[in-house]
Amino acid sequence: MKYVLLICDGEVDAPSNEELDADPVHQAWIADLERRGARLGGARLRPVVDATTVRVRDGETLVSDGPFAETKDFVGGIVILECEDLDEAITIAAGHPYARRGSIEIRPVWE
Amino acid sequence: MTSEEEVRAAVDAAYRDEWGQVVGTLIGMTGDWDRAEDCAQDAFAAALTTWPRDGIPRRPGAWLTTTARNRATDRLRRDAAGAAKLRQLAILERDQEQPQVEEIPDERLRLIFTCCHPALPFPARVALTLRTLAGLSTAEIARAFLSAESAMAQRLSRAKRKIQEAGIPYRVPPAELLPERLAAVLAVLYLIFNEGYDEGRALTAEAIRLARVLVRLMPREAEPRGLLALMLLHEARRPTRTDDGELVTLENQDRSRWDQDLITEGVDTLDAALAMRRTGAGRGRRLPRDRAERREHGLVADRGPVRRTGPPGTVTGGRAQPGRGGRDGRRHPCRARACRRTGRLGAAERVPPAARDPRRSPPPRWAHRRGEGGVRGSAGTGAD
Repeated sequence: MKYVLLICDGEVDAPSNEELDADPVHQAWIADLERRGARLGGARLRPVVDATTVRVRDGETLVSDGPFAETKDFVGGIVILECEDLDEAITIAAGHPYARRGSIEIRPVWE
Repeated sequence: MTSEEEVRAAVDAAYRDEWGQVVGTLIGMTGDWDRAEDCAQDAFAAALTTWPRDGIPRRPGAWLTTTARNRATDRLRRDAAGAAKLRQLAILERDQEQPQVEEIPDERLRLIFTCCHPALPFPARVALTLRTLAGLSTAEIARAFLSAESAMAQRLSRAKRKIQEAGIPYRVPPAELLPERLAAVLAVLYLIFNEGYDEGRALTAEAIRLARVLVRLMPREAEPRGLLALMLLHEARRPTRTDDGELVTLENQDRSRWDQDLITEGVDTLDAALAMRRTGAGRGRRLPRDRAERREHGLVADRGPVRRTGPPGTVTGGRAQPGRGGRDGRRHPCRARACRRTGRLGAAERVPPAARDPRRSPPPRWAHRRGEGGVRGSAGTGAD
């Protein structure tokens, strides 16, 4: 089954990509993902200060600075998975370093 | 020819004992919870028409399961003609070799673990367990939780949809997940037992029955035994707990009316659970088997402090529901502590909002009296 993990965090002292790559927990997580052959894709996202939101209402394109919703935590990255079932997705999500500081939402892909 | 009455009684008994097993088998076979219930329902209806003519089968459960499976196969064949889903074809192939009646495994274990999966909202876990394992109707479950039938029907159908759409696996969890998942199951049974208290026998009996099934299906686990013991020992005292709607405190209860059979079974079950703990079974936690332990499990009264944390008139003990009618408030710290000690922290803590709904019952008279006079706190002599 395909899932998307939404990696959510408060973005207080977000590590750089290099720091994340050097984090042993992150490394272990990547290695595990590779072993399972579960990763279909994904991306780390720049913090919400760099976000832009677009809406079209009544034919008018409205562009605003910032995320689509004001929340305490923001989506910091996505991972597209293919794995056996929800339990495996949960195990994978729990292994991500951000599971300890933020939260990870698991959504099934609507196929 | 068997009399209609005998058949009715046999079908009722089979419904009580076999519903969960039949539904569980069908879910395993079809992957479709709604279809499983429909086919199970058909099988029981068929029993009502066939058994008067052919007699009551020696093994009603097997008869019902086979009949339900045949119904399901028929329906799948009809669907396959149209949609030819891979799964259905695989099932048809598997069906070529029907397992012998004796080999049909007990499906209720994977059914209950799936119903109690943490990805489902807690009220849905409770409702689904009652629906698929205990065979309660949506209306009965709605009544038990003081919700509208339509709301309960929606809750059930959303839960079944989520199982399908989110890919919740239909299985007994693997060893590494078992401790937390078992705790989730016990929490659901514990809530059913609690809710049953106010509604009369109906749900306490179901909770005890399911706990017994769990003990039988997981003979090497100590926790289900611990919970069953707790339930039995509390249930044994139920007839003496209230007098005319007034709460009767422990020291005033008429012991001669305590159910000795339940107490004996409860004590035996508790001893077995503790023995398993001592020998390192379960998860190797050691609990001393002494008077303190027996007190924890309600055999001997241990009335810890009753804390007032709510508005005046409500009494909260331990972490159980506040201000519930017909309840021995001083039992709560026992139960919470017993749960904590036997590792069922989840059972003691996880009381869903629905259970705390003040609409459920007015604060009992005894709580008002307590509120006025101040909380007496623990007056336990411990010498029971």
